Amino acid sequence: MNELKMEVKNLDFYYDDFQALKDVNIPLESNKVTALIGPSGCGKSTFLRTLNRMNDLIEGSRVDGNVLFDGKNIYDQDVDVVELRKRIGMVFQQPNPFPKSVFDNVAYGPRIHGLKDNETLEEIVIGSLKGAALYDEVKDRLDDSALGLSGGQQQRLCIARALAVKPEVLLMDEPASALDPVATAKIEDLIDELKNNYTIVIVTHSMQQAARVSDNTGFFLMGDLVEYDRTDKIFENPDDQRTEDYITGRFG
Amino acid sequence: MEESRKSFHDELKNLEKEMLKMGSIVGESISKSIEALMKKDVKLADQVIRDDDIIDDYELDIEENCTRLIALQQPVAIDLRKIIVISKLVTDLERIGDNASNIAHRVKDIGDQPLIKEMQDLPGMKDIVVQQLRESLEAFVNMDIEKAKEVAARDKKVNQLDKQINSELLNVMENDCATIEQGTSLMFISRFLERIGDHSTNICERTVYMKTGEWTELE
Repeated sequence: MNELKMEVKNLDFYYDDFQALKDVNIPLESNKVTALIGPSGCGKSTFLRTLNRMNDLIEGSRVDGNVLFDGKNIYDQDVDVVELRKRIGMVFQQPNPFPKSVFDNVAYGPRIHGLKDNETLEEIVIGSLKGAALYDEVKDRLDDSALGLSGGQQQRLCIARALAVKPEVLLMDEPASALDPVATAKIEDLIDELKNNYTIVIVTHSMQQAARVSDNTGFFLMGDLVEYDRTDKIFENPDDQRTEDYITGRFG
Repeated sequence: MEESRKSFHDELKNLEKEMLKMGSIVGESISKSIEALMKKDVKLADQVIRDDDIIDDYELDIEENCTRLIALQQPVAIDLRKIIVISKLVTDLERIGDNASNIAHRVKDIGDQPLIKEMQDLPGMKDIVVQQLRESLEAFVNMDIEKAKEVAARDKKVNQLDKQINSELLNVMENDCATIEQGTSLMFISRFLERIGDHSTNICERTVYMKTGEWTELE
């Protein structure tokens, strides 16, 4: 196994009395794509959001256990959550560009982190757009509104926006589920590119997408991580009968 | 809880049924080919040769369905392994059919000449390989690894019989040059039966793979 970028140990998560995650243990390898699959309500998105403390704002929620990021527990008292989310970026299901220009969308993060120098900003924006495989399509419309882009372009813009603050980990929650097959294929190619520089965790409802893009796969069921293994192992010959029943559609 | 891919799984069951039908035709061809030899029944030999076309059609049809299911249903895990195994297994069945048809051709060569020696071992060998075939397919359907291993182990007996028949025929041929032509045909028939046993062993190996995800050499 590669070096671990993150390591989740004995993680429990509660929404009030409801335990949404039960003693989850999962290693997240550096520069690999880890996919999380499972039926609706199994806890995979909740789990994804524990990785950069996006659940903190949910009233009545509670976390036990450790989420180590480069060896440090992100739930420690002294962790700066804003800094944490800069290093662990997130891309959501629905593309959510700001009603601003393409340029300003990508420059937004660096700007609020205090960057003012225009030349550096431009460098970062262009680099991020290239990193998100969008630059060639938008280089002549950087000042146009981002809302005029297609859905697939908007999603790649959101990825560029996440890249602009130079994160180390990218969390993706169903990043292609609102996109057509061509745009989906572009996002999947992009994920393959991005893992050279980032560690990626992706939640997806499409098992085929998980099979195509990921190196490792975790299967969640009712808050339990039932099985975690290499993706080819999971899809060719999983160890747990529940995993097999789910991925072959014999779930029950 | 309900199954979510029922129509796909129904298709998979159908695929298995078609494969078993093909297997039973192939088994009958083996039996008929040896019956044709023992009864000097050239018409029956002709039927075995004709039936080989039916067997070939089954193979093509099942292969096509395997490809279609892979393309349209993107099967994974046990479903994927089962489809892969069926598509390989029909090739074994088709080859077994070829061997039966080869036997039938040799039977026609021999025609109505009297046999150069008592050949009771050939029907005995046929019984073993037909049973091997039937039980290897049963092991496949029931995903029964133990059974598969046991069936594959019986191949030793078939190989032994083949050797024994060969040396007995050689003896006869050494003593009388006039028996060489038929003797060679009978040696081939024995060899074709032995090959059939090898294909049943393949079926057993594929069954183990289907169940465990790992290829192992049996025997």
